[in-house]
Amino acid sequence: MRPLQPVSPSAKVALGISFFVLFFAVWAFATLGGYVSKTFLADPITMVRSGYDLLVNQGFAYDIGMTVWRVLGGFFIAAILAIPIGILMGAYKPIEALLEPFVSFARYLPASAFIPLLILWAGIGEAQKLAVIFIGSFFQLILMIAVSVGNTRRDLVEAAYTLGAKDSGVVTRVLLPSASPELAETLRMVLGWAWTYVIVAELIGASNGIGHMITDSQALMATDQIIFGIIVIGLIGLITDIVFKTFNRWLFPWARLS
Amino acid sequence: MALPMGKTKLKMSILQISQVSKTFSTQGAVTQALTATDLTVNENDFITILGPSGCGKSTLLRMVAGLDTPSSGEIKLEGVRVTGPGADRGMVFQSYTLFPWLNVLENVCFGLREKGLPLTEQHEIAHKFLKQVGLQDFAKHFPKQLSGGMQQRTALARALANDPRILLMDEPFGALDHQTRELMQELLQDIWQSERKTVLFVTHDIDEAIFMGNRVMVMSARPGRIKCDLPIELPYPRHYSVKTTPTFSELKARLTEEIRIEVRRASGLE
Repeated sequence: MRPLQPVSPSAKVALGISFFVLFFAVWAFATLGGYVSKTFLADPITMVRSGYDLLVNQGFAYDIGMTVWRVLGGFFIAAILAIPIGILMGAYKPIEALLEPFVSFARYLPASAFIPLLILWAGIGEAQKLAVIFIGSFFQLILMIAVSVGNTRRDLVEAAYTLGAKDSGVVTRVLLPSASPELAETLRMVLGWAWTYVIVAELIGASNGIGHMITDSQALMATDQIIFGIIVIGLIGLITDIVFKTFNRWLFPWARLS
Repeated sequence: MALPMGKTKLKMSILQISQVSKTFSTQGAVTQALTATDLTVNENDFITILGPSGCGKSTLLRMVAGLDTPSSGEIKLEGVRVTGPGADRGMVFQSYTLFPWLNVLENVCFGLREKGLPLTEQHEIAHKFLKQVGLQDFAKHFPKQLSGGMQQRTALARALANDPRILLMDEPFGALDHQTRELMQELLQDIWQSERKTVLFVTHDIDEAIFMGNRVMVMSARPGRIKCDLPIELPYPRHYSVKTTPTFSELKARLTEEIRIEVRRASGLE
């Protein structure tokens, strides 16, 4: 092993999988070996069995579907509004001066702390769940998009001007394409954060969803179900991450050439 | 095309720089980058601006491009005052400024598309200039897949495709290795002659300044001013071997001395 020395693609996959195996092995050893009480931590086999039971007999697939739709819905609304605002902020300094201090403040407001208020305003229906995710991702998105647009190389902007580009041309033909790989990367990251907000939103005042299943299981001390729920969230996160990464690479082939 | 760019032909002035100065103020400190400077550029001139680093030669060029605003004085291109950047003044920068998300062909078409030309016409013009810089087989490559020299050739083709009245070059070959740089110099000279362009070329390389220019402007150390305007009477086209002739050596000796004084002054040695 030498610093920064790359590994072969096959070794990369093998190493990545082997840590999952190790993780499950240690877990199985600790629980099946009787070193940890079943009350506190279920073993992997029980977890898989009750997971199967959840999916087949208790309609857990519907809960998963609800959670996914909430995340995507809330995130989609946030992104649709944040992208143009972020671009305007990054491109036009007076707009940035106007909004940046407020957005910086707002992004530190914890989305979960809004839940009691949102229940008051929007009830315990879907609007409230979407609103939590919206608050959690909207301000983060704006700020990160504004930064990537603002970081456009100045010499590229100048080159565009000397080629006869007007201000609108500089925004649409230089700032936007230049920032778009980073913008896509921002969407990928913030979507990951949105997943944590949705679970919190579902822990309180929900009648379905993965978070709701976890709170229900808590009352029954069903650690196997809780762990299954958490692992499902992790898997969905991993899958969306891979999909996003592949999509971004396909969309911006020029960004990874070197 | 072996016309000596001498005084035999009546020449029109296309660019007038009159009493242009530039001061920068950063954090309360005011720096004068350029003292009031006059320069008249004639049609088909190849003027090289030579000076030590920090002498304001790039600032002068950037003001002609409209990327910086003069603190006083004015710049006129064909009698019209320069107020901002425009397609009539093409620029090639020292840094590689190809748009990384566009391939070579799309980069060359950037200005043409901005002008609103139909795509077929854009491609026709772009292919012509790509051929001229020897990159016709690289149209679909992305900038990162090209060497530094090839990127600068593309940048040159991109600037030329716009058919600018004057071509501004800010140490365009400064980041290239010696051999590539010499190839680029010959290429640029060919293009200058065949396209009958007017060029303003900033460099700190004395050989390059003499080899390329029909006039060399030497700039003083900061605050910059043009301290001498030296016509280079070597006939065009100039072959690479001209660099070993006595005339060339004499010019080089003289310019080396001029620059040396400025560099010493700039570094506070005198």
